Amino acid sequence: MLNSKIPAGPLDQKWTEFKGHCKLVNPANKRKLEVIVVGTGLAGASAAASLGELGYKVKAFCFQDSPRRAHSIAAQGGINAAKNYQNDGDSVFRLFYDTIKGGDYRAREANVHRLAEVSVNIIDQCVAQGVPFAREYGGLLSNRSFGGTQVQRTFYAAGQTGQQLLIGAYQALERQIALGNVAMYNRHEMLDVVKIDGKARGIIVRNLVNGKLERHFGHAVLLCSGGYGNVFYLSTNAMGSNVTAAWKAHRKGAYFGNPCFTQIHPTCIPVSGDHQSKLTLMSESLRNDGRIWVPKKQNDTRRPNEIPEEERDYYLERRYPAFGNLVPRDVASRAAKERCDAGYGVGSSRQAVYLDYADAIQRYGKAEVNKRNIQGATADQITQLGKDVVKEKYGNLFDMYEKITGENPYEVPMRIYPAVHYTMGGLWVDYELMTSVPGLYALGEANFSDHGANRLGASALMQGLADGYFVIPYTIGNYLADEIRTPAIPTDHPAFVEAEKEVADRINQLMSIKGSQTVESFHKRLGKIMWDKCGMARSEEGLKQAIEEIRQLKKEFWSDVRIPGSVTEMNPELDKANRVADFIELGELMCIDALNRRESCGGHFREESQTEEGEALRDDANFSYVAAWEYAGEHNWNLHKEELNFDVAKPTQRSYK
Amino acid sequence: MEHYTMNLTLKVWRQKNSQEKGRFETYQVKNISSEMSFLEMFDVLNEELIREGKEPIAFDHDCREGICGMCSMYINGKPHGPWHANTTCQLHMRAYKDGDTIVVEPWRANAFPVVKDLVVDRSSFDRIIQAGGYISVNTGNAVDANAIPIEKDKADNAFAAAACIGCGACVAACKNSSAMLFLSAKVSHLALLPQGGPERKGRVLNMVAQMDREGFGACTNTGACEAVCPKEISITNIARLNAEYIGAGLVVE
Repeated sequence: MLNSKIPAGPLDQKWTEFKGHCKLVNPANKRKLEVIVVGTGLAGASAAASLGELGYKVKAFCFQDSPRRAHSIAAQGGINAAKNYQNDGDSVFRLFYDTIKGGDYRAREANVHRLAEVSVNIIDQCVAQGVPFAREYGGLLSNRSFGGTQVQRTFYAAGQTGQQLLIGAYQALERQIALGNVAMYNRHEMLDVVKIDGKARGIIVRNLVNGKLERHFGHAVLLCSGGYGNVFYLSTNAMGSNVTAAWKAHRKGAYFGNPCFTQIHPTCIPVSGDHQSKLTLMSESLRNDGRIWVPKKQNDTRRPNEIPEEERDYYLERRYPAFGNLVPRDVASRAAKERCDAGYGVGSSRQAVYLDYADAIQRYGKAEVNKRNIQGATADQITQLGKDVVKEKYGNLFDMYEKITGENPYEVPMRIYPAVHYTMGGLWVDYELMTSVPGLYALGEANFSDHGANRLGASALMQGLADGYFVIPYTIGNYLADEIRTPAIPTDHPAFVEAEKEVADRINQLMSIKGSQTVESFHKRLGKIMWDKCGMARSEEGLKQAIEEIRQLKKEFWSDVRIPGSVTEMNPELDKANRVADFIELGELMCIDALNRRESCGGHFREESQTEEGEALRDDANFSYVAAWEYAGEHNWNLHKEELNFDVAKPTQRSYK
Repeated sequence: MEHYTMNLTLKVWRQKNSQEKGRFETYQVKNISSEMSFLEMFDVLNEELIREGKEPIAFDHDCREGICGMCSMYINGKPHGPWHANTTCQLHMRAYKDGDTIVVEPWRANAFPVVKDLVVDRSSFDRIIQAGGYISVNTGNAVDANAIPIEKDKADNAFAAAACIGCGACVAACKNSSAMLFLSAKVSHLALLPQGGPERKGRVLNMVAQMDREGFGACTNTGACEAVCPKEISITNIARLNAEYIGAGLVVE
């Protein structure tokens, strides 16, 4: 049933093999083929630009006021590539292996190897576009290290790597718009997929300025709509990030892969109160130089600077000496939760740990003194020089921390706590990035394919751009080559009419409820259920309760939500209601998936499945598969299993000790 | 840091759509925590308006971490409010005290028409980029990333210019509604890098022509743009733009 279409042959030859034999579309035919791209983050912008360059007729859609706003822009730390510029032992194989291991052996080997292969092309492409990566004095590119690896393979642009990469892709996209190869639709939200004879043939979108529904035809549809972390209400996602495009596709037949695989990022600014609307990440790159600790004494109320060195517990360095503060995200997050739950948390909420730069400032300060050959430097001088170096590396992150908390992180340690950040799960896709609906593709965070149960830092940017620049331009031809005889289907086709009517009916139904509770209040309640019962630790009992609570919440939503304003105008509350309605349905499926997976792996931690030391315990005999869920009506899903075969990276218990 | 709560008076620009005339409405908000962000204060107000059966205030926002460039409020006469090098979403309520009155308007410029309430249309910025704000390199054409070393200073300056988030605060602050800081940041970013060399002359001429077509005003070097830029884009970029423009104009065929 599930055919992942992985090419035959040795792992490191599969992609070459595929490219050598996939079908091609000649330039004259490309001009007749229309492709729809939903979302303009790294995956969407790079795909739309590259397909436009190839000569396809592309239409791109985003709900923001400009494609440059997509949330890829907020990625901070960097992008991985197996360039081995540092001569420290990196290779395509190492990047592949680290990614598979970091994902706790729940990703598809062939996809991950391809990702590692094309990673090197991404850096070349971005530099050619003018992306200003950090450089050394010799003029060559600089690298830093990231969690879950022992080499320096991360390229970066201060703490704004996502911004610079997205601007690069956005500029390539704007160039294609100027050339007339891509038509751009800002402030448009996709609300359904149109299927004709089983194939995806277009979408229904709502113009968010005037509320009108529009029909758009495409020979193929690419969903590059990002992840669904906002199902938790509080996350590091942008306020508008949503699952709606992917969810509509799911309801139209696209299987959803591993929905419960959620990444909780260890270093975020803690929640400050009930008013909180979102959480802010402090880049993982801060763990390069910062040291994480809590007091050795429970409920210690002293200020951090009053706690002497010997009374501090650098618990990551203690528990994981080999990787120390650079253990993968899932491990670091659970360790922070464990310390806080045991009563060692800091700050007024006691739900935080310290990320301390005092040592790094001294270390960098002394290095500068040596570099500049300063004789008899005072302690203040050393500290100042150290602060200057830290400012150059992480200045924008430190500024952001100070703006949000009002505390100066150069003087006092930052308080951090884990927060929802990324979703490894997503629409199930085959090797060619096609979902279970022919002609419907999913790229970037919207698909499930490359990160298994836990994504390594600096790999999301890599995957988004790999999918858009270097994978889809090849794989889409393999499908479209058979579509050259299909003329554009007029949008008065009954399938378009019916799909638009469904969307209109649903909007009208939402507007007619006229209940008493706001959309936001429902979203907050959903988020609380998800965080408490499907968050960092999950149990059979909790998940069963969560499913019941979510079903109840859904009933309440559809009978008591209040949406002000009207349909035929800009109405952000209606936009939000559409999204929250889908999040509620997704939340139920996430809990069902988490309940089904009675093992711990990566970010998915089932309390029933742990080692004696409290580490995640996988069950390869029973769960070495991708759970691909088929929608089968309200509260109903069928499970399809894609067995995972590890021919090269043999699964072992992950150890970072 | 001591936390406190406050009651405030808000005067907010309300405008149903681009056609209708707008006006200021006055709102009282109570028990606002000093730990809230400015937009969270608006969330609280909007929730209240919805419960009272009124229309919430439309405003643009997305990442709420100061990088997407979507938020755009003109607060007490200053784009993005009182803090230096800051976006509206990163402004926190500890900037205010109990009893304060805060006036909130949309960006005002001919080239940024109001869509609704505090939401404006900034697609003119996208069209300026379309006029040449890119390097024409198709996917797959690139040489090895380390094949062309770039002096660290130049790379750093290019990065500083490329940090622009395209929010439009520079235009909102300028008495001429000029887009010169935005435009110069892009021209500088690409002119400072060897990769941007081949298209350097055409780029600056086309982008400036597009800026004029969009209805942005001229630059009179008052520096208001630099003073409010959330990413501290330097006005020296405008000097560089002028040099690029003159140079290109002299040699253009």
